[in-house]
Amino acid sequence: MSKGILYDATLCIDCKLCERACAEKHGLPYNEAIAAEEKQSAHKLTVVMDKGDKYMRRLCMNCQDPTCASVCPVAALRKTAEGPVTYDASRCIGCRYCMLACPFSVPKYQWNTALPLVQKCDMCADRVAQGLPTACAAACPTGATKFGDRDALIAEAQDRIAKNPEQYVHHIYGLTEVGGTSVLLLSSVPFEEFGYPVHVDNQPLPMLTWHVLSELPQVVTFGAALLGGIWWITSRRQAVAAAEAKSGD
Amino acid sequence: MATFRWTFWKVVLAFVLLAGAVATVLRFSEGLGATTNLSDAFPWGLWIGFDVMCGVMLAAGGFTLTATVYIFNLKKFKPIVRPTVLTAFLGYLLVVIALLFDLGRGYRIWHPLVMWNPRSVMFEVAWCVTLYTMVLALEFAPIIFERLRLEKLLRIQRAISIPLVIAGVMLSTLHQSSLGSLYLIVPGKLHPFWYTPLLPLLFFVSAICVGLAMTIFESSMSARHFGKQLEMPLLIRLGRALLVGLIVYSVLRFQDVFDRGALKLITRGGWESGLFLLEIAMGLVAPIVLLIFPKVRESSGGLYISSVLVVLGFVTNRMNVAITGMEASAGVHYFPKWTELAVTASIIGAGFGIFAAAVKYLPIFVAEEAHPASAERREPELAVLSHARL
Ligand code: SF4
Ligand code: SF4
Repeated sequence: MSKGILYDATLCIDCKLCERACAEKHGLPYNEAIAAEEKQSAHKLTVVMDKGDKYMRRLCMNCQDPTCASVCPVAALRKTAEGPVTYDASRCIGCRYCMLACPFSVPKYQWNTALPLVQKCDMCADRVAQGLPTACAAACPTGATKFGDRDALIAEAQDRIAKNPEQYVHHIYGLTEVGGTSVLLLSSVPFEEFGYPVHVDNQPLPMLTWHVLSELPQVVTFGAALLGGIWWITSRRQAVAAAEAKSGD
Repeated sequence: MATFRWTFWKVVLAFVLLAGAVATVLRFSEGLGATTNLSDAFPWGLWIGFDVMCGVMLAAGGFTLTATVYIFNLKKFKPIVRPTVLTAFLGYLLVVIALLFDLGRGYRIWHPLVMWNPRSVMFEVAWCVTLYTMVLALEFAPIIFERLRLEKLLRIQRAISIPLVIAGVMLSTLHQSSLGSLYLIVPGKLHPFWYTPLLPLLFFVSAICVGLAMTIFESSMSARHFGKQLEMPLLIRLGRALLVGLIVYSVLRFQDVFDRGALKLITRGGWESGLFLLEIAMGLVAPIVLLIFPKVRESSGGLYISSVLVVLGFVTNRMNVAITGMEASAGVHYFPKWTELAVTASIIGAGFGIFAAAVKYLPIFVAEEAHPASAERREPELAVLSHARL
C-alpha cells in the first residue's frame, strides 16, 4: 500500500518541530539561524513558511511518477513502492538535471564543496520501509503533518473540506498535480501564495519526453535502412556510369 | 620550420589560457559555488548553455557532410570532409572537457554507460555522444594512418567505412534533436518563446543549418590564415543549401510561435522579447535576405558574412533556451562569473589552436594542393571512406 503525508496548514502552529526532526534524522545541523531560513537548501530539506498567521510547509512532494527520477541519467533517483522517492548518492554525477526538471524545484545542491551531491527530502524511506511514520509526522504535536496510507489520507482530506468548507481552499494539492504526489496539502489560502505552481499539468511530466524517446528505436531502424538504401542506389549509379564510360573509351 | 614568433593572436590566446588555468584551479579546489554564478534557483548556466548546447551544434558539420559525400555520393564535396570531420571531432572532445568542469562529480562521467535509465533524455544523449565521438575518431583516423603510413589499418578502416558513416548520421540525428528534448520536461519553466513540443525538430534542423554555415566559415578562416580554402563553386552550393535550410527552419519556427499564441508576447517587451527578436533577426531574417541575392550568394565575402550571422543567431537561440528563457521562472538574473567565462574562452581558444596546428601538420585541405583541373584523378584516394565500395 502506497504511503503518504497529509499536511493541513490550518492545524499548523509554526513550531518548526518537523524541521528539527528532519535535520536530526538526516544528520544535518539545526539551530536558530537555520530555523529562520525560509528557503529549502542542501542543509534544510523542509521549511515551514509563514505569511502572517498562515503557514505552509515545503518538502519533496514524492511524486507518484517523479520527474526527477525520469530525467536522472544514472537512475540515482527512484520511486519506491511504499511512496518515498529515494536518492542514491553513490550513482549521482552531479549534473543537476533533476534540479532543473523538478516542477517544484525541490532538489538542492551542495554548492560549496569540491565534490557536491544533491540533497532532498526522501520521505524517510528507511523509516517508512520499517513501517514507521516519517520523522516530521512523528514530531508534529498537532497532527498538521500526518502520515498514513495515501488513499486513506485522501478520504480524510476530502472529509475535512466537506465538514468545514469555509475553512479550506477546495482543493487537495497533490491529488492530481503532475499525476499525483505522495505528499498532500490542505490550506486556507491559495497555494500559489506560498510559491506552489498551480498551472501544472495533471499528466505526469515524464510522458512529455517519453513520447519522443519511445519513438527513437523506430527512427533509428528506419533511418539506417533509408540511408543504406540511398547509398546503395547512388553508388550503383556511379558504378554503372563508370563502367559505361570505360566501355565508351 | 620557422622559429616561433609571437603574433597578436598568440598573445591573446596565451592570456586567455592563463586566465583559464587559474579558473580551473579555483573550480576544482573551491567548488562550483565559489566559481560560478549558478545557484539552486539557476542550476544550468554558461557551461551547459554555451559549451555543451552550442558546442554540439557547431560540430554538426561532421555528420551533414559525411552524409552528403558518402551516402548521397556528391563526391565534389569530398575536399571539405576532412576539415569538418576534424572540427566535429575536436568539438566533441571539447564538449566532454566542458562537462568535466560542469559536473559536480566529473570523475563519474562514465556512470551513465553502466547505470542505465532509458527514460532519461540525458542518458540517451550521453550514450549517443560517447558513441559518436568514437565514430568521429575512426572517421578521422585515416589522416593519421596516412601520415604514419599504416597501410593495414587504413584498409581495415575502409572496409567498415559506410556502416560507420550511417551510424554517425543516426547518432547525430538522435542527440542533436535530443538536446532540444532535454527541455521538453520543463513546460512550466521555459518561456513560451522557446518552449514548444517541436524543440527536438527545431534543434535538429538548426544543427544542419549551423553545420553548413560552419563549413563555409571555416573555409573562409582557413583562406585568411593558412592560405588554404575550398573552391568557390562548392561554397556557392553550400550557400544555396544553407538558404533552403534557413527557410525550412523559419517556416517551422514562425508557424509554431504563431500557433501557440506566443508571438503576441513580443509586445510586452522586456529582456526576453529583445533577445527573441535578436535571435530571429540575426539567425534567420538577415542571412535569408542576404542569401536570396545571387550576387551575395556567389561572392565569398557575402557567404562569409551570412554564415557568421547564422552561427551567431543560432548560438543566441541556444543560449536563449538554456539561459534567457529560464530566468523568469527561476526569479533570478544569471550572468556568468569571470571564472566561467575564462574556462569557456580557454576551451574555444584551445579548439582554434588545435585546429590551426592540425591544418598545418596534417593533410587536411588536400584538394587545394593538387592541380584543380586534374584533382579528381591525380589525387590519391585519400579521403576518409573512398575505398569503401571495393
Ligand atoms: S517533488 Fe521534485 S524532487 Fe520530489 S519527487 Fe517530485 S520531481 Fe522528484
Ligand atoms: S544531479 Fe545526480 S541525482 Fe540529479 S539528475 Fe544528475 S545524476 Fe541524477
